[in-house]
Amino acid sequence: MSAMNWPILSLIVWLPIVTGVAILFLSESRAAMGKALALAAAVAALVLTLLAVAGFDMTTAAMQFQEKTPWIEAFSINYHLGVDGLSLPLIALTALTTVIVVIAGWTIKDRVSQYMGAFLILSGLMSGMFAALDAMLFYVFFEAMLVPMFLIIGIWGGPNRIFATIKFFLFTFFGSVFMLVGLIWLYLQSGSFAVADLHQLPLSLTAQIWIFLAFLIAFAVKVPMWPVHTWLPDAHVEAPTGGSVVLAAVMLKIGGYGLVRFSLPIAPDGAAALDWLVIGLSLVAIVYIGFVALAQRDMKRLIAYSSISHMGFATLGLFLTFAIVQNTGQTDGAVLGISGAMVQMISHGFISGAMFLAGGVLYDRVHSREISAYGGVANTMPWFAMFAVLFFMANSGLPGTSGFVGEFMVILAAFKADFWFAFFAAMTLILGASYSLWLVKRVFYGEVANDNVAGLSDLDGREWTVMVVLAILVLALGLWPYPLIEMIEPSVANLVDHITNTKINP
Amino acid sequence: MDIKTILLLIPLLPLAGSAIAGLLRHQVGRAGSHTVTILAVAGSFALSAWVALQVFTTDWQVLNYTVYEWAVLDGITFEVGFLIDSLTALMMVVVTFVSFMVHVYTIGYMKDDPGYQRFFSYINLFTFAMLMLVMANNFLQLFFGWEAVGLVSYLLIGFWFKKESAVRANLKAFLVNRGGDFGLLLGVAAVLMYMGSLDYSEVFAAAPGVAGQTMSVFGGVEWSVMTFICICLFIGAMGKSAQVPLHVWLPDSMEGPTPISALIHAATMVTAGIFMVARLSPLYELSSTALSFILIIGAITALFMGLIGIVQNDIKRVVAYSTLSQLGYMTVALGASAYSVAIFHLMTHAFFKALLFLGAGSVIIAMHHKQDMREMGGLGRIMPITAITAWIGSLALIGFPFTSGFFSKDLIIESVKVADRTGAGFATFAVYAGVVVTALYTFRMLYLTFHGSSRTDAETLSHAQESPWVVTLPLILLAIPSLFIGWLTVEPLLFGGALSDAINVAPGHDPLVHIGEHFHGATAFALHGFMTPVFGLAMLGVAISTWIYLFQPSIAETLKQRLHLVWTILDRKYGFDEFYQRVVAGGGLKLAGFFSERGDRTLIDGWIVHGSARLVGAFSSRLRSVQTGFLYHYAFAMIIGLVALVFAFVLLKG
Repeated sequence: MSAMNWPILSLIVWLPIVTGVAILFLSESRAAMGKALALAAAVAALVLTLLAVAGFDMTTAAMQFQEKTPWIEAFSINYHLGVDGLSLPLIALTALTTVIVVIAGWTIKDRVSQYMGAFLILSGLMSGMFAALDAMLFYVFFEAMLVPMFLIIGIWGGPNRIFATIKFFLFTFFGSVFMLVGLIWLYLQSGSFAVADLHQLPLSLTAQIWIFLAFLIAFAVKVPMWPVHTWLPDAHVEAPTGGSVVLAAVMLKIGGYGLVRFSLPIAPDGAAALDWLVIGLSLVAIVYIGFVALAQRDMKRLIAYSSISHMGFATLGLFLTFAIVQNTGQTDGAVLGISGAMVQMISHGFISGAMFLAGGVLYDRVHSREISAYGGVANTMPWFAMFAVLFFMANSGLPGTSGFVGEFMVILAAFKADFWFAFFAAMTLILGASYSLWLVKRVFYGEVANDNVAGLSDLDGREWTVMVVLAILVLALGLWPYPLIEMIEPSVANLVDHITNTKINP
Repeated sequence: MDIKTILLLIPLLPLAGSAIAGLLRHQVGRAGSHTVTILAVAGSFALSAWVALQVFTTDWQVLNYTVYEWAVLDGITFEVGFLIDSLTALMMVVVTFVSFMVHVYTIGYMKDDPGYQRFFSYINLFTFAMLMLVMANNFLQLFFGWEAVGLVSYLLIGFWFKKESAVRANLKAFLVNRGGDFGLLLGVAAVLMYMGSLDYSEVFAAAPGVAGQTMSVFGGVEWSVMTFICICLFIGAMGKSAQVPLHVWLPDSMEGPTPISALIHAATMVTAGIFMVARLSPLYELSSTALSFILIIGAITALFMGLIGIVQNDIKRVVAYSTLSQLGYMTVALGASAYSVAIFHLMTHAFFKALLFLGAGSVIIAMHHKQDMREMGGLGRIMPITAITAWIGSLALIGFPFTSGFFSKDLIIESVKVADRTGAGFATFAVYAGVVVTALYTFRMLYLTFHGSSRTDAETLSHAQESPWVVTLPLILLAIPSLFIGWLTVEPLLFGGALSDAINVAPGHDPLVHIGEHFHGATAFALHGFMTPVFGLAMLGVAISTWIYLFQPSIAETLKQRLHLVWTILDRKYGFDEFYQRVVAGGGLKLAGFFSERGDRTLIDGWIVHGSARLVGAFSSRLRSVQTGFLYHYAFAMIIGLVALVFAFVLLKG
């Protein structure tokens, strides 16, 4: 494949960043140009990503499309990119989400070019983070992408945006400090920041437990896991629609990705010793947060809590391996669990993105996020109601939609680990359906509730486009997850092999 | 066309019809939408009938093949595939035939509804989903179909989404079903864990090897794996087939338009649970504990739900409680290892119950959407076709000899009598008592609706008339099998081994073996039916009903006052609804509020985060005095970088 010959990953990372920076300097009067450029860059990055997917070898767990140049030689830090079955789907999700938020942000009135620029830069940074094979490079992207996100919430956000931004900053920063310390400690042990070297680095159990905990704090905040999750609802509520979409669809995946790329393979014995903690927190997320979501009166807050609950499946799936081996003496089911977690992350990207966009469609018209401000929307917006029912059904894990695939796989795997894991995880069938469909009932069904609802106009062409694309993705992944799983599986199988062998220095 | 193309077309035709009628609703218009969807379901029926003909009359080899691979990983192949044997073929014909009738009927029933195209789109989609369910050759696809019919049921119960009662009912239906699915999913997970596959044939092959294994789930108690699996899966069936205590959604589902009450909530979807257990008979035969559980649940449902039917005044609700009770009968048959009898009753019930629902719908059209039987009476004179077909359906329902319901219900009772299983005594009592109850509520409904003097207001009565042919034709076409299908098929289906390629009963378990010794043809069996105690009980019910509702209407009120306590218990439906409303829904919401307020707001945000937030508050207020807008945020960006670098260097130097 010719894509092998040119630095396709660098293009995917830097094309949006460079374009984004350029757009930042466009004046307000040239907003149309900014939008056009942003769309062109986002689409170009998506096309490049699809080329990478097309050229990706599904049969190997090896890193592909690698690029490596010395960066800070004093600390042997390299500019090293590459993708495998764990990262490429997330990069594709990033590129796709970017196109969607650019289209969705078309009607922004205030500082349009800067808005678009911020999203493009954010997109490139996130792709860079997923593709980074050098831990320091990963860390730089990891921290740098917070800047555009702060700006997006802080400038285009709601009335309480300053509070939300600070909270967001505090939580994330609090976590990432521990990761940085951990990375530097690992560097001092190994003399390398290369992720592959860290994977092979033998460590004592104590060291692994500390490393594992340090990384866990950083990534748990990102996921977010209970009890470090409370920044998310606040951030979502204040963020503009596009910000919420990126936050939910991509940024939450960074935590899960970090766990699977760093925590598990670098400290497998630490993970084995502390898997009960992650599993416990995941089950709390699924059940407790499911209940909390049920109590929300604000649509975005409800969707945010739903995100936390659904990400509980991702973290649960990732950490089932050790319990499965302990319970059954075999690794059968481990690949199912981790793959399920990865699928869940991709699917949640589509579904949460779609739900936040749906919330945005209503907010743009009525300027309220309160569930009680609506009622009977299906009367005035029948097509929109159709999409919304689809997405909220997908959110409640309806088979045939993407929301089912990951949860199903994780529950099957969880059963192999322990009946009770599966029991609590399966409660999402009832809880997820309760908060999703109760929202549908209150917002979409019933008589037209008030004049605002009576005056609603159905989706315009732009909104239709976005909804149709997401609907197709949700259904396609639900009806035929085969290609995605084919891409993920070799890397997951490799990971399971790796983490079921001890790394403790003999 | 090769057979696989035909089999693929059977579900895909209605799927395509649904897409056209739903997504192109404005382009195809009302007539276009019903033409497309009816052609689709008619085609699907014709092809199904052809397949059934092949299966039952030729030397058919069971077809079991993959349509496409859904996902392959970890040594497991998840797939969408078809298993075509006698059970599938029978279900396909029943589903597509009833669906076809309901489609035609809908033209008349939904004539003035603004959601006309949407309705046709949904019922076509339902047909697709139901076909995928019955044609499945593995648990994954079963679950797909299972939830998909649930989705369409949800959409159709809430079809009139402006009505608060309708959108309450559809939420309730979906959530109660999810309660059942919770069990089903755990059962499927257990199947995968212990048998290493989700493919029916592989699971059946592996099952005997698992039969002796135990697992510890609750405390130190060891469970037979097979019992655990079978009960978990059956919990799913209890949701879908509305068995006590997961039955509460079905009466409320009557908020949906009547055609779907007939199609989904009587003839097809609600029988999915029955179908599943029959399909999985090789598993259930390995756990007599699970079968006893099924037997008892079914018996409770059959008797106690029928009793509620006696006090209902809404014509549709009478039929709904009757459906619950009949589903209980089917479940009892399953519990007695008489799977083929359960399927047989499923089939006869599909015809006569769809007929009764559509008949009720015809009455409702005439009454301008009034459903209260206290405002009816004497309608038989105005709408003779509806009345006669309703009589036919009713006779089948009470099991009058020679009607289809007679054969299936009598054989269920016979099967339970000979079943040697814990709970069989109670079940026998319940199915006998149920016969009286069935006759009571059925004839009460007939008399209140079609006979006696009219209690309808003059305005409504002046417009009341027999329904148009699109309504009455399906009634007639359903009345025919309601009368004859039992007599025609009882011998080949139950005693001729026509279902033996699908249903597997352990030697010594099969009650039909005993019954078969005394079975000398359908006619002899039916004639003998006039002399059985079952017939006597049915006639007793009819007699009581006739006396009360035809000759002495005042007695009904007297009895109600005399037996006030009983009446109240029945009227309140034993309190199940209150329990779910107050304890489950109310408790759940209280817990949700508690977690949200006390957990997230007070504990985590209030106590844990508050301290640090205050610190930053002080910190940022100093910054705020010198910076605004953009700068403020850039500052934060810089701080992150700076702090990171400082950290890095301090640590590296040290």
